[in-house]
This record gives sequence, structure tokens and C-alpha cells, in this order.
Amino acid sequence: MRRLAIAVVALAIALALPRVLYPVLALNILAWGLFAMAVDLLLGFGGLLSFGHAAYWGVAGYVAGLVARDAGAAYPVAALAGALAAAALAVPLGYLSLRRKGIYFAMVTLAFAQMLYYVANEARGITGGENGLQGIPRSFPGLALGQSMSFYYAALPLILIGYVAAYRIVGSPFGHVLVSIRDNEARAQALGYDTARYKLIAFVLSATLAGLAGSVYALGQRFASLELLHWSTSGEVVLMTVLGGIGTLWGGVLGAAVFLLLRDFLSTSDAFRDAPGVITGAVFIIVVLGLRRGLWPSIGRLAARIRR
Amino acid sequence: MDYLAIQLFNGLVNGSFYALLSLGLAVIFGMMRIVNFAHGVFYMLGAFVAYLLLQQVGIGFWPSLVIAPLAIALLGMLLERSLLRRLSGLDPLYGFLFTFGLTLLIQDAMRLRFGLQGQPYATPAELSGAVTIGAITYPTYRLFVVGFCLVASVAVWYVIERTRLGMVVRAATERADLTRALGVNVDRWITPMFGFGLGLAALAGVLAAPMRNVSPLMGSELIILTFAVVVIGGMGSIAGAIVAGFLVGVLSSIGAIFDPAIEGIVAFALMAVLLLVRPAGLFGSLETR
Repeated sequence: MRRLAIAVVALAIALALPRVLYPVLALNILAWGLFAMAVDLLLGFGGLLSFGHAAYWGVAGYVAGLVARDAGAAYPVAALAGALAAAALAVPLGYLSLRRKGIYFAMVTLAFAQMLYYVANEARGITGGENGLQGIPRSFPGLALGQSMSFYYAALPLILIGYVAAYRIVGSPFGHVLVSIRDNEARAQALGYDTARYKLIAFVLSATLAGLAGSVYALGQRFASLELLHWSTSGEVVLMTVLGGIGTLWGGVLGAAVFLLLRDFLSTSDAFRDAPGVITGAVFIIVVLGLRRGLWPSIGRLAARIRR
Repeated sequence: MDYLAIQLFNGLVNGSFYALLSLGLAVIFGMMRIVNFAHGVFYMLGAFVAYLLLQQVGIGFWPSLVIAPLAIALLGMLLERSLLRRLSGLDPLYGFLFTFGLTLLIQDAMRLRFGLQGQPYATPAELSGAVTIGAITYPTYRLFVVGFCLVASVAVWYVIERTRLGMVVRAATERADLTRALGVNVDRWITPMFGFGLGLAALAGVLAAPMRNVSPLMGSELIILTFAVVVIGGMGSIAGAIVAGFLVGVLSSIGAIFDPAIEGIVAFALMAVLLLVRPAGLFGSLETR
């Protein structure tokens, strides 16, 4: 009963969001929220910090854009194509990256993402290089999705599918095995689990969700650029995850909302418009030094106090 | 043939920077278990110190080669004492995230102050011009960079691997608790070694100033390439950092002969191959923790 109430409230917030904020920002929050959830799926539940998830977000964004623009596909088809491309890419890259652990894993994923950045920059014929992929259409038979407001509501189901998928993965037997690997890989192995396979599956699932998020983001922006693949994108999504709270899953959405609202606010200030990293970096440092548990647990405590 | 030789030299020049930077990363990682994402930023700051010394005070290249690394090392030691120390004992992830935040902060602060436009820095008069070796002519300054970095790298290797100080550092790297139990004050060495690692980055920055424009983003992509170098060489291995640095530099330049687009990708492809056949890296051993 309580769960249902929370779901209803969350849905109401999601429906009202573009009317409170403006629609593009609202969609960005949802998409980055899913992206942060995907990172948390790996980090919070698998103990694996991917510092290269921009690869999946970005490649999916380009693929979705190309499928929508050159094949004239409807937007859910384009988004699906993007997510599948991310999944396909995650199989070899995940396999290679997972040969290292801990901080090495983070460095390797970062390096692979940077490699894709170079490739996308060189493949100007496909990606448009520095100019990016412009004029991505979003279509669906019988719907007019030109307005950002209408596209927000059109994209909402896709994002919600992603949220529910992440939630279900974490609660499933698979998710529990993943947590056991995080806590003690040798023990999970001794219990007979093929831990390498579990980690690879988790990596691919996470990349697929990141890809879905990236596709929706690119369609929402009507634009895919090299920035999608840049290392700062990988870093920002990790910041959102940590800001929300590692291992909280829904904290990712909260972290994304706080981060993007802050950045939106800063873009109106003269001093920091051209150098948002000053504030972003400072937030990062503060979170790491003093707020390592993230915002989500604090909200839980607040809710508990209100109930009493 | 001449083109091949010139590309080989170019590769050695790039490799010099990779070697010096990954060496600093290896020293810091060994001592503190922190992967310093901000290494590229301190490289950039080193170049800026040299640039500002010349512009504002009129101090030239040679004194800067000493002053800038010392200044950055001092800055690093203050940073370690004030903030980074609070992260000791935590998952290395947090050190990585902290230095990532630091990178964004410093890089954009410098961008606010100096803009994105690169500032030129004159080659020191003694090293301007070119040298002719056989059939090819090559800039003197670049040859100096290769020689200087080789000497500096070997010197660092010697100190870490062959002296008593290096023995303490290596012992602390492998088993900090046991080294403490043997009566060595490990913590006393953490701050200076962090400063030393950053000093090496700043040294690379000063050396880069006459070759590349001094700009706030000059270290931004170099650092990720350096990570690939470190994975190839084997994290924490001093010899691995040096060999992998030069190797990646030379192979990238040779790749560019076939297709200029390949140059940026060689390091990552090499990393992928190594992960497949020898995940520990050329000189590394697989992590146990």
C-alpha cells in the first residue's frame, strides 16, 4: 500500500515537472537520472566504478539520431536502436575492462571512452565531427512531437521503463548475487557462481540503460555532439550518482535533479556561465570530503521524522 | 625513410612526456593509493608558472625549470596536508573522485582567468635552431627534451629502486602496516612524495611550454592517454611507466605514418591488447586487494 502511494506521488511529480520547470530541463533531469541509475547499478550494487559510461550514453545518442534522421524511424524505434548499440558495444569493452578491478577498472573504462571520443571525432562523415549531428527529428505516426512539451510526455514512458527495469534488476535474484560479488567475490565464487559472467551481464545491462537514457537525451536535444562522449560527461554522471547516494538507485535521479538545477541556475550568472566547472568541481570536492553517503539517505531520515 | 626517422623522433618526444607524467602518477599511487586525475592540471600549472615568471618577472626558461616544479610541489604538499589526508584509508575511488573535482575546478578557474587562447612561450636561445643528423634535420630543443626526460626518468628509477630512501618508499607501497611495525615512519614520507610526483608533472609542463602553447586545457586529454600508458606499463611500476611511455609515444607516431587518424587510438588499442594477453601490464603484478 505504501509502495503504491510512493509510486503515485513519483508519477505525479514526473507529470507535473515540465510545467514547473521548462520541458527541456525536465526531460534532461529524467534522462540524466536514468544515466546515473545505470552507473549506480554497477557502482552501488556491483562495486564497479565505471568512469567511461559516456561511451554508451554517447554512442546510443549518435545511433538514435542517425536512425531517426536517415532511416526516418519513429522515436521509440530510434531509442531502442541506440540502447541496443550501447549493449553491443558493452560486450567487448566490458569483457576487456573487467579483467581489471577497483581503481584500475575505472581507469580502463575511462580510456576506452576516450578512444571512442577520438573515433567519433575522426569519423566526420558519420558523426559530423565538431559540428555534431544536427536536426534530429522525432516522429511517431499520428503524433505531433515538435514541441518540447509534447515530446516530454512521449519520452516519459521510455524513461519509466528504464527506471522500473533498474529497480527490478536490483531486486531480482541476479541483483542479490551481484551484491554478494561486490561484498566478497571469492565467497560468491566458492558458492558456485560464475562471477565473471555476472559482472559482464551487469555491465551490459548498465550500458543498455545508459544507452536508453542517451538516446532519449539526444532526441530531446535534437542534437548529438562530441560532448556526449567527452570524459567530463562520464565524470558528471558519477558525481550525480555519488551526490544522490551510492547504492540507493533512486538517489541517482535526485542527484541528477540537484546537479542540473544548479547548473541551470549558474548558466544565468555572468561569472560562471563560461566556466561551470568551478562550481561543479567544488561540489564534487565537498561531496567527497563531507557528504559521501549522498542526499538520498538524508531524505529517508527526514521522511521518517515526519511520520513520527 | 627520412620521414620515418623524423616520426621516430617525434614519437620519442611525445613518449618523454608520457614517461614523465606516468612516472609521477606511479610514485603517487604507490605511496598513497590515489590515482591522481589532476595530474594533467598540475602539468598545465607548471607550464603556466613558467609563462607567468617570464611575463611578469622576466625569469627565463632555465630558472623556471627549477622554480616551477618546486612551486607546484609545495602547492601539492599543502593540498595533501589540508584536504587529501582526510581521504587516507578510504576506498581509492574517493581519491580519484576528489582529484577529478579538483581538475574541473582548477581547469575552469584558469579558463576564467586566462581564456582558452594558447599563449606562446619562446624556446630558450641556447636551444633554438636545428641539428642535422645524417640526412635529417631536427629541432635542437626537442632533442634536448628527449635527453632531459631520459636522464630524469632514470634518476627517479635509481632513487626508488636502488637507494635506502627508495627502499622505504617501496616497502611502504607494498605493506604500509608492516613497514610501520618495523619502526619506519611511513606517514612522514607521504607528503613529500606527493609533492615530488606533482613536481614531475610540473617539470613536464615547463618542458612542454616552448613546444606547445600554454593553455588551460593543455593537460586535459593528455591525462587520459597517460592512464592508458600506466595500464600498459603496470600501475605502480617505475620501470613500466618509463618503458610504456616511450613505447606508446613511438608506436603512435609510427601509426601516424600509415594514417594520421590512427595516432590518437594506438595507445588505447595497445591497452586493449595488453588487457587481453597480460592484464597486469608489461611490468606489473595483478592487484591482490
